[in-house]
Amino acid sequence: MTTDTRLPDHRSPRRRSGGLLSPLRSGTGTVTVLLVLIFVVIATQNPSFFEGPPLMAFAKKAAPLVILAIGQYLVIVSGEFDLSVGSLVGAQVVIAARLIDGDEAMTFPVIGLMLLFGLLVGLVNGLVTTLLKVPSIITTLGTMLILFGAVRYWTGGAPTGALSENFRVFGRHGLDGVPLLGQLPWALVIAAVLTVGAVALMRSPYGRSLMATGDNDTAAAFSGVRVWRVRTLAFVGSSLMATVAAILIGGFAGVTAQVGQGLEFTAITAVVLGGVVLGGGRGTVVAAVLGALTVEALFTLFNQLYLPSTIQPTAQGLIIIAAVAYASRRGDLRLPERLRRRPAHPTEQPLDSSRR
Amino acid sequence: MRGTRVLLAGAASLALMLTACTTDAPEGSPDADGGNGEGNGSLAPDAEWFDQAEFDAQLAQRGMTPEGPDDEPWLQAIEPDWIDTSDFAIDDPEEATVCFSNASVSNPWRVTGFITMEQQVEALVDEGRIGDFRVSDAADDDNQQISDIQAFVDAGDCDAIIISPSTTATLTPAVETACDSGVPVIVFDRGVNSDCMVTFIHPIGGYAYGADAADFLVENLEPGSTVLALRILPGVDVLEHRWAAAQQIFGDSELEVLGFEFTGGDGAAIKDLVSQHLQRGSVDGIWMDAGDGAVAGLEAFEDAGQPYPVIAGEDELSFMRKWDEEGLTAVAPVYSNFQWRTPVIAAGMILAGEEVPSEWILPQEPIRQDELGDYLDLNSDMPSLHYAKFGGEDLPGFPEAWTDR
Repeated sequence: MTTDTRLPDHRSPRRRSGGLLSPLRSGTGTVTVLLVLIFVVIATQNPSFFEGPPLMAFAKKAAPLVILAIGQYLVIVSGEFDLSVGSLVGAQVVIAARLIDGDEAMTFPVIGLMLLFGLLVGLVNGLVTTLLKVPSIITTLGTMLILFGAVRYWTGGAPTGALSENFRVFGRHGLDGVPLLGQLPWALVIAAVLTVGAVALMRSPYGRSLMATGDNDTAAAFSGVRVWRVRTLAFVGSSLMATVAAILIGGFAGVTAQVGQGLEFTAITAVVLGGVVLGGGRGTVVAAVLGALTVEALFTLFNQLYLPSTIQPTAQGLIIIAAVAYASRRGDLRLPERLRRRPAHPTEQPLDSSRR
Repeated sequence: MRGTRVLLAGAASLALMLTACTTDAPEGSPDADGGNGEGNGSLAPDAEWFDQAEFDAQLAQRGMTPEGPDDEPWLQAIEPDWIDTSDFAIDDPEEATVCFSNASVSNPWRVTGFITMEQQVEALVDEGRIGDFRVSDAADDDNQQISDIQAFVDAGDCDAIIISPSTTATLTPAVETACDSGVPVIVFDRGVNSDCMVTFIHPIGGYAYGADAADFLVENLEPGSTVLALRILPGVDVLEHRWAAAQQIFGDSELEVLGFEFTGGDGAAIKDLVSQHLQRGSVDGIWMDAGDGAVAGLEAFEDAGQPYPVIAGEDELSFMRKWDEEGLTAVAPVYSNFQWRTPVIAAGMILAGEEVPSEWILPQEPIRQDELGDYLDLNSDMPSLHYAKFGGEDLPGFPEAWTDR
């Protein structure tokens, strides 16, 4: 019942009141307002920011985080976490550099191998979480450490090899000579295609099952959803997205020893900032994408303002907490009590907590 | 109503944050074509990190001829004060155990150095100067390193203890504990606030490094040119000294320092920061407190279609290869990676009762254009994150130990 009454809410918020302003009442609205606000401040500092090339440079830098946020969204909306994506990005870039070692001919075979490796990591994360009932925060924390340690062991701590120019095209180059924009970065095209794909996915039966699983996995199971399979696929999606992000990040800046460090938290921040609720069952792909753009815009703003780097994490944390608090307050106003989560079904609570 | 209140509160805190920042910035409003953060007016080095006497001493040491063999810089010492170590001599050094508490191998400079150290150990074992080598790695964790050192002391079977401290102040008591155990202690790379160790081994230091880079930019840029500083992290003494020296030199020059940015050594962050500065105006020179990711910074110029800057990177091969390929105007300041050989050699000398310098200051020479080709040839098989002045060419295992990591 809960699932049925809530589903139209996430799928098509426009349906509720039909007006242009209705998205502003959701988490998407808060993050949009925040993003616009940050862009306005950036524009006062650097008026040329909104000319084509600087904006495209921003898009190129933001694309990997957008893609990571989409992956993290899939997992979070199903009620889980994926802490392994930062390590996976680092591992994939290091693996790519080592195996390609500057040889152009190796580019596409290695990209294929990276996707397979991403698939494997996602499957392991998903199956350990769903079948062995290890809480995902522990599973993926374990995977994060395993990947980090394995890569350090394999390389002795400093990556070797080099990425080929073909590999770097996706993250570094684009379609040149586009009017106004100058260059349309491939990274932006890839991020846009994946966003559209993810929106379509969330409107498909699988997406509805995923949302229902995150909202209430017991109810979802009773209504015929194979919860373990749905969740495992979400982890696979997250790892594949991390692999694509790795291709773009490696392409953007080449190999450094620090690549990928801390990206899992940035991605989770982006998703949460987009109003996607931890614990699952609520939020849209677009909100997660806007959240990623907001986080990147915030980094850009800090740089434009010459904010001392020592205070940056604090400022970032305050803004995020304020934004999410604001969004959840709006959520209170939006959803009448009878529609909110945790209905008083006596059997739900123990089952639910045993999983997490 | 509640929503409005929260929105107002949010707007207020954002406004507060913005005004707080502008208060930090120096006088003069930001403009579109220049930077706004750090003009020349704010280039006085932070008193906490600037010691005029030490600055002067290090700059002078750059020009001194060190004692020791010309072709083995890891055995050279600048103005050494030799001390007697016969109290520590043992009868059977080939049986001796040397213990090493490493701060970490968390960056390519430390990885390169540690490999060099391990190969030097192999050579010393072959020569019968030491017997066994035990290593603990603290992964940049002070508490872990304190416990590692305590474990060496408690085990009681180390004949010498080498320590590369994670941080200065926190590790001082642990180093003193090791000294109190009676075995000879050797500290290298970063220092501690104690002189209980037998010898403290380090290259000239951060002021000399920062000054090598800053002097090069001052010499090679027209007055009025703009310089962007890229730093790794705040609060680490060797890095702070580099920047303090640069501030001192830039402050006396006619260059305009656009600002300094912390990058965490992350190539993506470096490229993004440089791109943003290029959007706002020209950048003529780049000063770095370490060359990790220098190539990413240069690529930002390529992608923006702008000419390369005059740049001071480091002797990391990725940067030196780019320098050669693109014909850059560049210099590679060096924080002598070969210093990783010296502590194990010193351990062998101390266990044999030979004299060592109480403070063993190793030479630290930047690589300039005229030496670029030589160092690239010498290191042609090495990976791009390897350091040219690693000084291990004569050691067992060369080159495989460094190429096949």
